[in-house]
Amino acid sequence: MPPINGSDTAWLLISTALVLMMTPALGFFYGGMVRAKNALNTLMMSFSALGFVGLAWAFFGYSVAFGHASAWCGGGEFFFLRGVGLAAQGTIPHLLFFAYQGTFAIITAALISGAIVERMRFGPYLAFITLWSLLVYAPVAHWVWGGGWIGKLGALDFAGGTVVHVNAAAAALACAVVVGSRKDYARTAILPQNVPFTLLGAGLLWLGWFGFNAGSALGANKTAALAFANTMLAPTATLVVWTILDLVRTKKATAIGAATGIVVGLVAVTPAAGFIGPMAAVILGAVAAFPSYFALLYRARTRLDDSLDVIAAHGVGGTVGALLTGILCAKAWNADGADASLHQLGIQFIAVAATLVYSLVATFVIVKLLGFVTALRAAPKDEGLGLDFTQHGEEAYARGEGAILLLDGRSE
Amino acid sequence: MKLVIAVVRPEKLHEVLEALFHAQVKGLTISRVQGHGGELERVETYRGTTVKMELSEKVRIEIGVSDHFVEPTVNAIMGAARTGDVGDGKIFVLPVEHVYRIRTGELDRAAVTPVGVPPG
Repeated sequence: MPPINGSDTAWLLISTALVLMMTPALGFFYGGMVRAKNALNTLMMSFSALGFVGLAWAFFGYSVAFGHASAWCGGGEFFFLRGVGLAAQGTIPHLLFFAYQGTFAIITAALISGAIVERMRFGPYLAFITLWSLLVYAPVAHWVWGGGWIGKLGALDFAGGTVVHVNAAAAALACAVVVGSRKDYARTAILPQNVPFTLLGAGLLWLGWFGFNAGSALGANKTAALAFANTMLAPTATLVVWTILDLVRTKKATAIGAATGIVVGLVAVTPAAGFIGPMAAVILGAVAAFPSYFALLYRARTRLDDSLDVIAAHGVGGTVGALLTGILCAKAWNADGADASLHQLGIQFIAVAATLVYSLVATFVIVKLLGFVTALRAAPKDEGLGLDFTQHGEEAYARGEGAILLLDGRSE
Repeated sequence: MKLVIAVVRPEKLHEVLEALFHAQVKGLTISRVQGHGGELERVETYRGTTVKMELSEKVRIEIGVSDHFVEPTVNAIMGAARTGDVGDGKIFVLPVEHVYRIRTGELDRAAVTPVGVPPG
């Protein structure tokens, strides 16, 4: 066991903070795309994941993901962080490794919210993301990173193309189907309330993603530098291709398109970041734009109200990234990786398919069971009024005209 | 000629417009307003500050119509804007002295008849 390395530890401390910031950033990315009456609710779906999933991760999730019981699921040895101390895990303190991985669990659960915004009751949502992080995210993380069967198979997933993005998107699909579409969906034009929020969110996500991808090298080393450069390069290519597609199709380069293109590029490079060369990352980013771009256009014509397109951005982007990793990876860039081959492509496919199937089925069961216990949806009247007031008793843009102060805190 | 003024819930505006267009009512003006009409109070809390919101967001629709169009217009709004709860809004029908169409200088009935429809 190598000793703790100061520079590795410093980089992971920063990376952990960067990835934690991605969840509020996601809140703004999503919050800009909903209607003003649901802005706070959408932001809160991300912010509350910080608390609920973060705590579930500390109590149980980390042990399920990184305990050593079997190829399918971790054991209970780290429940309530028992035995997670300052001793070395790799070259960083074990406790830091736990915290870093926790930020991934949080954002993955928050990603799903994009499929059920503007209609799901907040209490059942909190119950759902907490259960999901323990029953779906933690086992899948174990399969790939915790010594489980997908990792042993030789699948390459540098920072979570399957564990985070395919996983969240499959869950999003199940949620959108079980919860059902917004009552106004496909009847009324539902327009974004604040496009600058969405751009702000995309920018902060890109910044945070350097911690997500380059931090996944788990050290301040050559692989981290490679992942860092690729995290810069792939989205640049996706953004350029996305903008050109926009221009060709509508003669207008849209701002939401730019924000989406950046995120799709980041998603696609996530599994590949530390395994492929920089020009390969450019190719990957450029290629990844096409399927997601057209998936978005197609989805909007269907009855599936995946409101903020988690499937098109994260599912399609994550799948394309994971598969291209098998075609573009090169040991010349990372000796711990693999060389491109059809065999590797096959393994990548198995990793994606297994994650997709498990997440889809398990999420479907969790949401259905929750639906038997309590109402998942806000009443149609509450949905009309907006979830900010009905779920949170606040408004994002309260004007305060005609508001009467209640001094005892309750209505008289 | 009458001026129909309706105050409706903002979340019902889309349905009201659909119903109006369906009833061939095509000239209208809307504004976002705030009002109070005996709805159940909304209590909101911001940190330690709890407030009762006395005014609710509403949309005000103004439509100038010829006499025989009053009923279809009112029916369209009534049907689309109603939820059955307090706060569905009001419809006022007011007499109008004159209406001018600015572009052509047309007066009254000709002025409220949509372009392309012969004044009946």
